[in-house]
Amino acid sequence: MDDRGFFSGIKAGTSIAVGYFPIALTFGLLAKTTGLSLIEATAMSIFVYAGAAQYISLSLIAAGVSPLLIVLNTFVVNIRHFLMTASLNEKMQPEKKWIKALYAFGVTDESFSVLATQKGGKLRTSFGIGVIVVAYGSWVVFTAVGHLIGANLPHFLQAAMSIALYAMFVGLLVPSMRENRKVVSLALIAGLINSFFYFTGWLSTGWAILVSTLASAILIEIISSKGRRV
Amino acid sequence: MGAWYWWMIIGMAIVTYLPRAIPLAFLEGRELPPAIQNVLRNIPYAVLGALIFPAIFFVQENIWFGIIGAAAAFGIAFAGANVMTVVLGSIAVLAVYSVWFL
Repeated sequence: MDDRGFFSGIKAGTSIAVGYFPIALTFGLLAKTTGLSLIEATAMSIFVYAGAAQYISLSLIAAGVSPLLIVLNTFVVNIRHFLMTASLNEKMQPEKKWIKALYAFGVTDESFSVLATQKGGKLRTSFGIGVIVVAYGSWVVFTAVGHLIGANLPHFLQAAMSIALYAMFVGLLVPSMRENRKVVSLALIAGLINSFFYFTGWLSTGWAILVSTLASAILIEIISSKGRRV
Repeated sequence: MGAWYWWMIIGMAIVTYLPRAIPLAFLEGRELPPAIQNVLRNIPYAVLGALIFPAIFFVQENIWFGIIGAAAAFGIAFAGANVMTVVLGSIAVLAVYSVWFL
């Protein structure tokens, strides 16, 4: 098992915190212009903690969509996490169920990506919590800051920082791509299928990520298991 | 916002939490069939592919932000830099681009 603990987790999660900073700031600002109070905006980040779903909910609130539909949409957008936490379970050390249920709250696209791509064996719970705490802290604090200052970063910086999370995903993917051709195929095929859904508009983003990830993971498994048998 | 807002937050929190918690809590201690384990081990890299493409190209309305940002991120990452350097480096490249060329 990997022996890194809480503070190594904080360090590994810092790139998420940097990536969340501009997004949370903008969320806080948009929430304010949508008419949410500081408490209301920050509470959404504290209790829901799901970037894409929170953004969508703002535009739905502004459009006067019924709260029930907003909740339903949130479910649809976030159901992809089902796949991620099932996969993450293989990577985390065995732990009491209630502790796992507790830190499950902090699993996002980003914390999942950072945890699941760590080299070596299973990860300690304390390492996982470190990654989650720094990412969550950034999201909540900068939501509030965005609402409070009610202004955004200078435009050039805001635009430049919009690449941050994607650059992080690239930085997590590339080292494994260099070592393993299977990783290249997995990412490429999932990216192609997801692009197909994006350009055709056949599936909304949440479903598209779920379906393309699962399709690629199963397809590559079928191909590589045939390779093993021969 | 009225009281409905708080009911909505509770609803959103529940439907977001359940897909996160159910697999982690209920798969604990269960040995899954090897084929499913293999598929689950493939998920992280497939997810990264789907999260990156095609969204990385559309971070701004100006498509050049995405193209230059993606090129910078992949370039810095293939040079062997750690994740934080990839993140800060890509931001720096785009900041320079937007100050000097726009």
